[in-house]
Amino acid sequence: MKKISLFVTFILALALALSACGAPAEPAVEEPAATEAPAEATEAAATEAAPAEPFRVAVVMPSTINDLAFGQSMYDALVRVQEEMGGPDAFEFVYSESMFVVDDAAAAIRDYATQDFDLIIAHGSQYGSSLQEIAPDFPDTSFAWGTTVDTFGLPNVFAYEAASHEGGYVNGVIAASLSKSNVIGVVGPIETGDAKLYVDGFKAGVTATNPDITVNVNYIGSFSDVALASEAATTHIAAGADVLTGSAQMVTGAIGKADEAGVLWLGTQSSQASLAPSIVVATQVFHWEVVLMEIIALVNEGTLGGQSFEINLENGGEVIEFNDGYALPDEVKTLAETTVQGIIDGSVTFTLP
Amino acid sequence: MITDLFSTTVLIGILASGIRLATPYLYAAIGETFSQKSGVLNLGVEGQMLIGSFAAFYVAFTTGNLWLGLLVAMIVGALMGLVMAFVTVNLHAQQGISGIGFYLFGLGLSDLLFQRLIGNVETIKGFEKIYIPGLSDIPGIGQILFNQNILVYGAYLLVPLAWFVLNKTTLGLKIRAVGENPDAADSLGVSVARVRYFTIVLGGALSGIAGASLSIALLNVFQQNMTSGLGFIAVALVYFGAWKPVGVLGGALLFSMVNSLQLWIQVLGIPIPSDIAVMMPYVLTILVLVATVSRVRAPSALTKPFERDE
Repeated sequence: MKKISLFVTFILALALALSACGAPAEPAVEEPAATEAPAEATEAAATEAAPAEPFRVAVVMPSTINDLAFGQSMYDALVRVQEEMGGPDAFEFVYSESMFVVDDAAAAIRDYATQDFDLIIAHGSQYGSSLQEIAPDFPDTSFAWGTTVDTFGLPNVFAYEAASHEGGYVNGVIAASLSKSNVIGVVGPIETGDAKLYVDGFKAGVTATNPDITVNVNYIGSFSDVALASEAATTHIAAGADVLTGSAQMVTGAIGKADEAGVLWLGTQSSQASLAPSIVVATQVFHWEVVLMEIIALVNEGTLGGQSFEINLENGGEVIEFNDGYALPDEVKTLAETTVQGIIDGSVTFTLP
Repeated sequence: MITDLFSTTVLIGILASGIRLATPYLYAAIGETFSQKSGVLNLGVEGQMLIGSFAAFYVAFTTGNLWLGLLVAMIVGALMGLVMAFVTVNLHAQQGISGIGFYLFGLGLSDLLFQRLIGNVETIKGFEKIYIPGLSDIPGIGQILFNQNILVYGAYLLVPLAWFVLNKTTLGLKIRAVGENPDAADSLGVSVARVRYFTIVLGGALSGIAGASLSIALLNVFQQNMTSGLGFIAVALVYFGAWKPVGVLGGALLFSMVNSLQLWIQVLGIPIPSDIAVMMPYVLTILVLVATVSRVRAPSALTKPFERDE
């Protein structure tokens, strides 16, 4: 009998770990498909004299390139960098997605490092300690790690992060202006990092606009449990919320419930308007290319690391993208735009808890 | 704040959420009960759910036909069960290990097909809530029990059906005999292989439906690894439920109700750290299991491949 309970405990622990961490390693069958460079930008061929060798980037990410969230924000940025630099002749990139198992990610990073890439991006804060170990073995290769400010003092590691509380604040202002029930719901993954920063900024924005509004926050303990995110949204709606927001890739479940109930949604990381065109009001979209272009320029000059970067509203790395499908009242849009301006010029300030 | 938990809105919210959250567990765990009753541990449930989930979504997305999607999910789940049956019954593979293999296969294949065939997270119009005249209007109970979609009702109807088949039919007797004492069953002319093929394929088909219940009824979206460990919890629920459909129902409801309770605890601002709150369903399930485990007896032949003594 002991054996059974031990076994079940093990299974439950495994389930908990899985639900908390998302996807483990993909089987090998996925590899060739996942690592090949995307084809869509091929027609944008370089017209001017491209450098003899293209700049080559490899990126390792925990979720997928089309997760409508963190992974996609990097993928979209790389595509934009490629367009800006003049196509695949000037800029090449490959990626490994679904690398939630840090060990697998570390192996992928090391593999890329041996393959003569100009820049290897570890797009996940969980990859830090692996990078700290790998980077010194490849002193001629440049690495970038996000989201963080820590370069470990290594000369070949760049760090990048998003000031997601800034767009979070703007989203909070919009949400507070649109809420009639004075209840707003937040569906978060795990109370840490980028998600916590966004949620804290959001709450500050709501309170600054209308202190009478209650912001209910729900961290579901998982980046991948779509079913629980969906029930969390249902719970918020039952509790009276008429505007919702949330961070990370499992919010698709929450957006679906918001859409069914006709409740408004504010997004972050990548545009989520395509999922529910009638209720997505605005999304804080990450434009990592702002940081990537700087890093690429530095690498070309021979600086391989040692600096940290931030995307924010001021440098255009964060953009509040309004969804055309939703008729946002002009005064709210104006208020949102002045708030963006205010954060940029310093006239709007707020403190995070 | 704690008293807010006992308001009507909150209680109805918790119960209705719990009923919905339990749905995929019920399909998968009842299917698993059949295979384990016949002596086969299928740890590939999660993979079968993912494949079923994708298949249902893809068919519904491209054809707009939800029932066809459900049927295809059942068929691909059953096919995965068929391969699993071949591996465990004919090749006598170690069931735990091969099950994990099937899980990884399902995880990878569903993601690969999703990336190739759909490419982006999309939504569809899934099975709608069914209004039952009279029943749906009962205050409270109507909102909790009778304001759900067809697959939710199906999951709960499956419980008495499974009980009946396992306990009141010849087929059920054969399944139990094969799981308890395959040698005796064999000597009485029951084909151990055929019974196990049947239960594993049935388990696969039900796991396929479990996946479909997420992608075309409850969430109406498919994305990578969207079952997120549900299939493994379903396997644990079979042990929790002591290999009885009613026990499985109890376990699924307990786990799901506590999960929806913790969502409300956070929403109501009851000061429990979110990390603790999300652990509650797991911790409680383990506690109940530890308290009741002494009465549990697994099918004797569980995980043991059958080989006829020559």
